[in-house]
Amino acid sequence: MMDRAGRLPLLGILLLITMLIAAGCGGNNKAGNGNAEPSNAPSAEPGNDAEAGSDTVLSQITERDKLIAGVKFDTKLFGLKDPGSGNVEGFDIDIAKAIAKKLLGDETKLELKEVTSKTRMPMLNNGEIDLIVATMTVTDERKKEVDFSEIYFNAGQSLLVKKGSAIRGLDDVTKDTKVVGVKGATSIKNIEDKVEGLRVQQFENYQEAFNALKAGQGDVLTTDNAILYGMTKQDSNYEVVGGTFTDEPYGIAIKKGQADLVTAVNEVIAELKSSGEYDRIYEKWIGEKPETKQ
Amino acid sequence: MISPDILTDNWDLYLEGIRNTLSASLLALAGSFILGVIVAIMRITSFRLLNILGAVYVEFFRNIPLLLVVYIFFLGLPALGLTLNGFISGTLGLMVYTSAYIAEAVRAGIQSVPIGQTEAARSSGLTYTQTMRHVVLPQAVKIVIPPITNQFLNLVKNSSILSVVSGFDLMYFGDIVNSYTYDTVSSYAFVAVFYLILTIPLSIASNALERRLLRSG
Repeated sequence: MMDRAGRLPLLGILLLITMLIAAGCGGNNKAGNGNAEPSNAPSAEPGNDAEAGSDTVLSQITERDKLIAGVKFDTKLFGLKDPGSGNVEGFDIDIAKAIAKKLLGDETKLELKEVTSKTRMPMLNNGEIDLIVATMTVTDERKKEVDFSEIYFNAGQSLLVKKGSAIRGLDDVTKDTKVVGVKGATSIKNIEDKVEGLRVQQFENYQEAFNALKAGQGDVLTTDNAILYGMTKQDSNYEVVGGTFTDEPYGIAIKKGQADLVTAVNEVIAELKSSGEYDRIYEKWIGEKPETKQ
Repeated sequence: MISPDILTDNWDLYLEGIRNTLSASLLALAGSFILGVIVAIMRITSFRLLNILGAVYVEFFRNIPLLLVVYIFFLGLPALGLTLNGFISGTLGLMVYTSAYIAEAVRAGIQSVPIGQTEAARSSGLTYTQTMRHVVLPQAVKIVIPPITNQFLNLVKNSSILSVVSGFDLMYFGDIVNSYTYDTVSSYAFVAVFYLILTIPLSIASNALERRLLRSG
């Protein structure tokens, strides 16, 4: 009996160590398997892929004759899946179509994969998607991980409240205000920096954040104005207040070391703008003409 | 591959997550046990109405996803005028969901003691309560412990559901650290380690408990 009691903790410790090692290995394997190519792990030496010549993302796109774009499926105006038809539609989708048309000559040679603010960068870096067109703000921090195209949309952070709310702008937000947002979004850091002591309740995606707001779990939902305008179209009991308090330019994200693809995408954006097609897409989704042309 | 910086830079967040996961688990654990035993008793008494209510409770909460149970508290109750935050909604959801499984384990344990023993005890003059206390329950406890400890382990892991309703638990902060650092593998590897630190002692304790019960029998 004494013997058995003595062995027990030792057994436990052994088990614990085994599990911890297993956990570490599990992490490694996951990253390795997620990488479509047999090459290196995602973030290590991105130059390798490009140097391999036929292994660039652009050549992969041409070979499979299809562009795989990561887009939002839950964001009104930019990328929203119509539950009836199953089609994904929006501003970002039209931009992705234009890129597919330029690269492959046909806008239908496009596969749309759903991404969230949380999943898009890992998915891009392990090769599941060729590029991200998903309301993604260009930041210096993100530039360390991925490359960005020229700006294709100028957004700014704003506040969504229930009509009649006492909150009319950022000045009315205090540290005790219940603010909701989305995990992984730049807007969380922005507002937490501007309002001292504020803690944002963060949700998986915009639909869930909006659900929480509608259920009264929050007083304010904050993110880019364009997304908020989409929500007001979904439910007219809510309004955008206080104007924008940040500058959040959207760019198309591409894996590091893929200069040829970045150039091609930039050409598409320039052509859209010069041909007037950009204004048409803008008005179609946002409901007004873009303020300034670049 | 796994960078220790992620842990040291975000230690405060991880720590807060562990604290909240631990308290949600302990609260749900105690609550689900009490609730589970009550529902089990409802199911085996001779009152028909209580039998039915108990069965409805078990089948309802056992047969919908945990996420939906949590949504009932987080998004559903506000419609009735009661707004509970993510932590409380998540903990209540976890408690109610787990209690349905515990109720079944307890009911099955009690009913697995052969009816002949109850009949023998009753005919030798023991009351119903005495029969339960001295004959049925001591045997039932031994049968019930392993499935219940299993449920408790599941409960700790299932507490990650709090992350979906902004319950500030370990998984929630794992998501946050990931979104700040972009180091997905490291961010979640540490989350896994912390869950193991919470669950492995529970595993060891439940194994020890089972062995002790076996010996005392």
